[in-house]
Amino acid sequence: MRALAEYLAASWQLSPLGRELLSAGLILLTAIVVFAVALLIAALLTWLERRVAGRVQSRVGPNRVGPLGLLQWLADGLKMILKEDVVPAAADRPLFLLAPYPVMIGVFAAFATVPFSQLLIAADLDVGVLYLIAVTSLVVVGILMAGWGSNNKWSLLGGIRSAAQIVAYEVPAALALLSVVVMAGTLSLQSIVAAQGGWPWEWYLLRTPFGFVAFFIYFTAAVAEGNRTPFDLPEAESELVAGYNTEYSGIRFGGFFLGEFANIYLMSAIASALFFGGWQIPGVTPAEQVGSVWWQALGFLVFVAKAGVGCLVVILLRWTFPRLRVDQLTALCYRYLAPGAFLCLVGNALWIVLVPAGSLFERMVGYGMTAVAAALGLWFVLRMRRHMVSTGDRLDLDLFARGHTRAAFDPAWQARAYGRFRRRRPGEAS
Amino acid sequence: MSEIVETAGREELILNMGPHHPSTHGVLRFVLHTDGEIMRLARPDIGYLHRGLEKLAEGQSYPGYLPFCDRVNYLEGIFCEQAYAMAVERLLKIEVPPRAEALRTITAELNRIANHHICLGCISMDIGAYTPFVYLLRERERINDLMEALCGNRLTYHYLRLGGVAHDADDAWLKNALAFVDKFERVIPEFESLIGKNEILVRRLAGVASICGADAVAYGLVGPNLRASGVDWDLRRDAPYSFYPRLSFEVPVGKGERGTVGDCYDRFLVRVEEMRQSCRLVRQAIEKLPAGDIRAKVPRVLKIPAGETYACVEGARGELGVYLVSDGSDKPYRLKWRTGSFAAMSIIETVSRGLMIADLVALIASLDVIAPETDR
Repeated sequence: MRALAEYLAASWQLSPLGRELLSAGLILLTAIVVFAVALLIAALLTWLERRVAGRVQSRVGPNRVGPLGLLQWLADGLKMILKEDVVPAAADRPLFLLAPYPVMIGVFAAFATVPFSQLLIAADLDVGVLYLIAVTSLVVVGILMAGWGSNNKWSLLGGIRSAAQIVAYEVPAALALLSVVVMAGTLSLQSIVAAQGGWPWEWYLLRTPFGFVAFFIYFTAAVAEGNRTPFDLPEAESELVAGYNTEYSGIRFGGFFLGEFANIYLMSAIASALFFGGWQIPGVTPAEQVGSVWWQALGFLVFVAKAGVGCLVVILLRWTFPRLRVDQLTALCYRYLAPGAFLCLVGNALWIVLVPAGSLFERMVGYGMTAVAAALGLWFVLRMRRHMVSTGDRLDLDLFARGHTRAAFDPAWQARAYGRFRRRRPGEAS
Repeated sequence: MSEIVETAGREELILNMGPHHPSTHGVLRFVLHTDGEIMRLARPDIGYLHRGLEKLAEGQSYPGYLPFCDRVNYLEGIFCEQAYAMAVERLLKIEVPPRAEALRTITAELNRIANHHICLGCISMDIGAYTPFVYLLRERERINDLMEALCGNRLTYHYLRLGGVAHDADDAWLKNALAFVDKFERVIPEFESLIGKNEILVRRLAGVASICGADAVAYGLVGPNLRASGVDWDLRRDAPYSFYPRLSFEVPVGKGERGTVGDCYDRFLVRVEEMRQSCRLVRQAIEKLPAGDIRAKVPRVLKIPAGETYACVEGARGELGVYLVSDGSDKPYRLKWRTGSFAAMSIIETVSRGLMIADLVALIASLDVIAPETDR
């Protein structure tokens, strides 16, 4: 971006003031593009979530608006914009009206440092990881404002829960991220990605045992920070009605909603960049990638695919697990995740001191970890298969199914049997 | 309502849970006194679904009141019908043909399975897992299909008649009912592995809101709630009626599998086990189904000799009783329902002290309280 600004300034021979204006304009443009991309991703994720929920729950999911219901988010967005934006009479008006903005800013601003590909990044900050941690914690401010400003006891409880939860889980999340930073020796996301490789054993996930553990800690903590099941206590429907956004309607509710979904992508993208090698393609060095548009495009797809798998896992978790209780939630964080993340940080720090970079031992550990991870994946698949065989279910992963009916009994018998009680029209044979 | 208007102690937050709240299962209100997440007191406030079903009986002919029975509890229609029909039959001193008794038992046990589907689904949904609820509803749909094929109704069956049942079951129906039971017995382990043994679910339910046996008896808890507290009492076995004396089954009792006896997880497990036993009962009843009439001769205009009686069945929520007084006319003089939810509701205030808000939701769901049944 800076290069582009300098190039344009030089070719247009701008005055210093003009240069300032140009770079300000470019920053604004970038911000709008990032915001639009993040919004689109969040909107498409709502479609994915509802479709996946449909498959998980043995039903179809939205399939009316557009092909396969792909435009459902557009209809929903339109509905939210058109709905009345109700402000409760007793609400703290400024707080209530402003609350969605910190939530959205916190999530969408973080998208600026997401390395979609080697070149496709809005701002490759030197302090990228710190920036991410700092900006995403703005979310809790918005949620607290919503909880307090609504002047509703359920909202208040939701807001308090959320504050306790997000603040608590930031500790293990940040420590887990730092254990990667220690390995890479840099806070810039692009540099961290570049320090890894395309093959699984070159990822920070599988390079050391501590990285493996750190990833799971980060992922759990990030799910908790995003208020997703099994950690969705701030908006626990069956307990707190809708938690902090109980009183919200219309587009203000939409703000919270989109923020939540953008956050899912954000956490998956961060995990993908820091633990899974980001846009690195197996067998292609970053230097080779720079020059080729096709390698760039492929790198982009690799990154999006990795992040997409992360999103899918987050969504599947939501439709699989019950919810923890408040005390269990905080106990999990302070007793297990935070110390665990700290150990990972220390472990990785010791690792880079004790194990020489590029040594045979380091490579063997990488291969071994990859083999272990593959074995775990295989075990999972086999276990699934055994369950399905024992219950006579069939694998049905078709996310694009147009809908299916499932006759419980012989349809002919059912029609005949129900027919006995159908009101017959006059003259119809009995 | 004046007794429910309360003042909070210091440092207490008064919360109105309901009448419109996602986990109050119908229209039901709780007044919570909380200290943050910890509850000092939770007082149920019932009556939002009062429909005067007892008073309505006084204006209906005896057969005319039968369809109202389904509405006492929409989840266990057959049991309500059966309790009322047994009371009337007792006053009339008529014998129900064995085939009708067997059909009543088959439909009642299917109804019990359908009810436990909802209950177990609600427990898991109230502690945050939506998917098991959908799967159980899918299985329940087959029971609804069966009942629709048998009597034309899916929820409020109106299948029983005074002195028997309305429709006979043909061989195809019995075959399909057996097919359902066979399939469903394989679904129960699937359900257990899907959610029943989930560590989060166990930790949310085990050791939470335990009710000891003495308390359960003192508060008049019945059915699965009573048995979960370790009290081995089941009307089907201990005061046999209908077709049950000819069937063999076991009565599951809470053992404190992962926590203490009588906790929410015990109530969950007892219901899962009851579904297995119901499958057994349905299979046996179909195998032993006698031939013959499905309805005794009952006069079209019913005048019942003056007198009073109490008849009860082991419903899905335990003892479901009808106290019936006749003055010799063609309408009941007085009718009183004794329902399990009402008793279960009364213990919530005692048990909920010191629980967290999330636990209260689990407690309500695991007691299987249904607001319409409480209010009638």
